[in-house]
Amino acid sequence: MAFRNYILVCGGTGCESSRSEEIYQNLIKECEAQGVKDEVQVIKTGCFGFCEQGPIVKILPEDAFYVKVKPEDAKELVAEHIIKGREVTRLLYDKNQSKRNTKVEDIQFYQKQFRIVLRNCGKIDPENIDEYIARDGYEALEKALFEMTPEQIVDELKTAGLRGRGGAGFPTWMKWNFTKSSPGEIKYVVCNADEGDPGAYMDRSTLEGDPHSVLEAMTICGKAIGAHQGFIYIRAEYPLAIHRLEVAMKQSREYGLLGKDILGSGFDFDIEIRLGAGAFVCGEETALLQSIEGHRGMPQPRPPFPAVKGLWGKPTCINNVETFANVAVIINKGGNWFNKIGTDDSHGTKVFALTGKIANSGLVEVPMGTTLREIVFDIGGGIANGKKFKAVQTGGPSGGVITEENLDTPIDFGGLIKIGSMMGSGGMIVMDEDDCIVDVAKFYLNFSVDESCGKCAPCRIGGRSLLHILDKITCGNGTLEDIDTIHKIAHAMQKGALCALGQTTPNPVLSGLRYFPEEYRAHIVDKKCPAGKCKKLITYVIDPAKCIGCTACARKCPVGAISGERKQPHKINTAACIKCGACYATCKFGAISIH
Amino acid sequence: MAKMTLEDLRKLRESKQDALRKRDVEGKDCQVIVGMGTCGIAAGAKVVLDAFLSELEAKGIENVSVTQTGCMGLCHVEPTVEVIVPGMPDVIYGNVDAKVVKQIVADHIIGKKLVSEHVFDKPAADILKKD
Ligand SMILES: Cc1cc2nc3c(=O)[nH]c(=O)nc-3n(C[C@H](O)[C@H](O)[C@H](O)COP(=O)(O)O)c2cc1C
Ligand code: SF4
Ligand code: SF4
Ligand code: FES
Ligand code: FES
Repeated sequence: MAFRNYILVCGGTGCESSRSEEIYQNLIKECEAQGVKDEVQVIKTGCFGFCEQGPIVKILPEDAFYVKVKPEDAKELVAEHIIKGREVTRLLYDKNQSKRNTKVEDIQFYQKQFRIVLRNCGKIDPENIDEYIARDGYEALEKALFEMTPEQIVDELKTAGLRGRGGAGFPTWMKWNFTKSSPGEIKYVVCNADEGDPGAYMDRSTLEGDPHSVLEAMTICGKAIGAHQGFIYIRAEYPLAIHRLEVAMKQSREYGLLGKDILGSGFDFDIEIRLGAGAFVCGEETALLQSIEGHRGMPQPRPPFPAVKGLWGKPTCINNVETFANVAVIINKGGNWFNKIGTDDSHGTKVFALTGKIANSGLVEVPMGTTLREIVFDIGGGIANGKKFKAVQTGGPSGGVITEENLDTPIDFGGLIKIGSMMGSGGMIVMDEDDCIVDVAKFYLNFSVDESCGKCAPCRIGGRSLLHILDKITCGNGTLEDIDTIHKIAHAMQKGALCALGQTTPNPVLSGLRYFPEEYRAHIVDKKCPAGKCKKLITYVIDPAKCIGCTACARKCPVGAISGERKQPHKINTAACIKCGACYATCKFGAISIH
Repeated sequence: MAKMTLEDLRKLRESKQDALRKRDVEGKDCQVIVGMGTCGIAAGAKVVLDAFLSELEAKGIENVSVTQTGCMGLCHVEPTVEVIVPGMPDVIYGNVDAKVVKQIVADHIIGKKLVSEHVFDKPAADILKKD
């Protein structure tokens, strides 16, 4: 027999530290004492993504969401909610909650996440077109083909205020409109699924979880701009996404949702997949088009823009996966529904991939204007292992860090640029106190230098020079003049590089210098790495007072740099030490420290 | 199926939506949905899927469908599984392995009890749900 009620107690780390275990035990005791233990099941769950209001207790099936619950509240919760069926209003998050609300206007409700792009991800079987259709799939296409003119489609996007999710945030309706009004019989629709920046996997997951949402939107785009052929450019290293796309395209063709005379409307549209070899620069739109044409993927000067002269010289509309994934919802629910979500600067939602030193890594979708604090501390559950928050890198190798002081900045396209970062595609890499800001910048620089196509000098030479300087600094050979040189090179790259890869390569360094100048100084002047990351700048030291002479470290050291008698304090020969950290990890007595 | 007309598509959608709704009302069908994105599979979702199939067969349970889906967004607790049993709240389980599969089948599907410590629901409104 099923239970009448389920009481879910958050057992996530945030709530655990505020006594959720006690609450859990008390609730079980109370259910027994008040004679309902056979009707109610009390269980512990993972983090609800609302840690700041913890400890959280949720009671089903009423969906009552109780916050800041104390162990003493257990008695009242059972007596009132369970026995008498009355919600304990003083503990409810939303005092007017009463019955469940899922209207857009109520999204400030405890559900911080709001899924438009990911509406079907994790809900439908991506390899079964019927499940997509059951969840309003291809309804927008019906509308676009039978009820709307191309102008109306573009207008709906204009009302919605959708901006491109591929990085730059260009208004989608404008791009569609340009391509639509460019003269020419043959036009193309291209979906950019190259997604290559470190830590980002939003687009891949969307294609894996809901491929039809992109196919449907591309077809609608075709109708709007007058194109009959689409291409999806995806990297070969995403085999599952490619497979799901292929299955989806096959099913769509069988149903007559792709191909000739779609749904008997007289409109033809088909899509082909083009595989990329995994070069980051091929995500840049002009390089991508070169690559589809079979050339080496190198950016081209713009103008002419692809909307005028794109694939094989024909007008081409190129959009990102996530941009497309919004389209069917906008057509179905209307631009006016969409533009109420988010901020004045950016409407709708954004998908982020939360990775790094975060407790709950994952894929999150939140309305634009959500703050970084909400994303990191509420949804992400804060920093893993109780460490201290340092910064978040957004925008990948082209972006910058967001620090403590900007945690409450609403995140949208404009807001991020103001604080020296950028939206980019949506990777969010969380750093804690153990991460060195110079080292992180070096990591991204390395990436950009590797991925530069080499076509233009500012990027090819500038990037490498910057990397040399950072190498110098992390080895303790930096000088204060180096900082001026960094700014000079950065300026030249921003002004002179052909594409955004080169123009944005210096960003991680610049934003590090802006927000953590003292950390750069520590490396340059004091020859120290405060986070203990830069090997050349640290020494491992054994504290003779704490060392009991267990010899564990000496046995682990790969180069025999540790000496000492049994039961006598040991010593590290700094000249021989290769700073592998093995001894540090081995010592159970905390006798080894990093200086 | 052959190519559809507008009418066919609408009919198909209606019948599929009906099927979904009926399932809720008549309380016949249970669903197990395994998150099979790249990271789910890397974390062992295929093993979990197989474990469900064999455990359900071993227990002679026939009213449960086992399907796959994409990323549920809870990458830190992959593999993830959503279990839908009529009369019980829909829940997402995380950190599922072959042992937890047995627990889910025995406790949740047969015993109508949730499996403690493995529920990982992060609520997000379903914008497509019609009440
Ligand atoms: C180096 C570089 C890499 C890029 N990588 C991607 C990418 O992986 N995916 C993407 O959609 N856009 C990428 N872009 C942006 C595209 O050039 C283009 O702006 C985008 O696909 C336009 O789509 P949207 O208007 O829908 O945002 C990249 C740009 C640069 C300069
Ligand atoms: S900026 Fe760099 S990646 Fe872009 S065209 Fe120049 S060399 Fe190539
Ligand atoms: S850091 Fe590595 S090389 Fe240096 S003393 Fe410890 S174990 Fe030996
Ligand atoms: S730990 Fe409880 S809501 Fe996050
Ligand atoms: S990709 Fe697995 S839950 Fe996100």
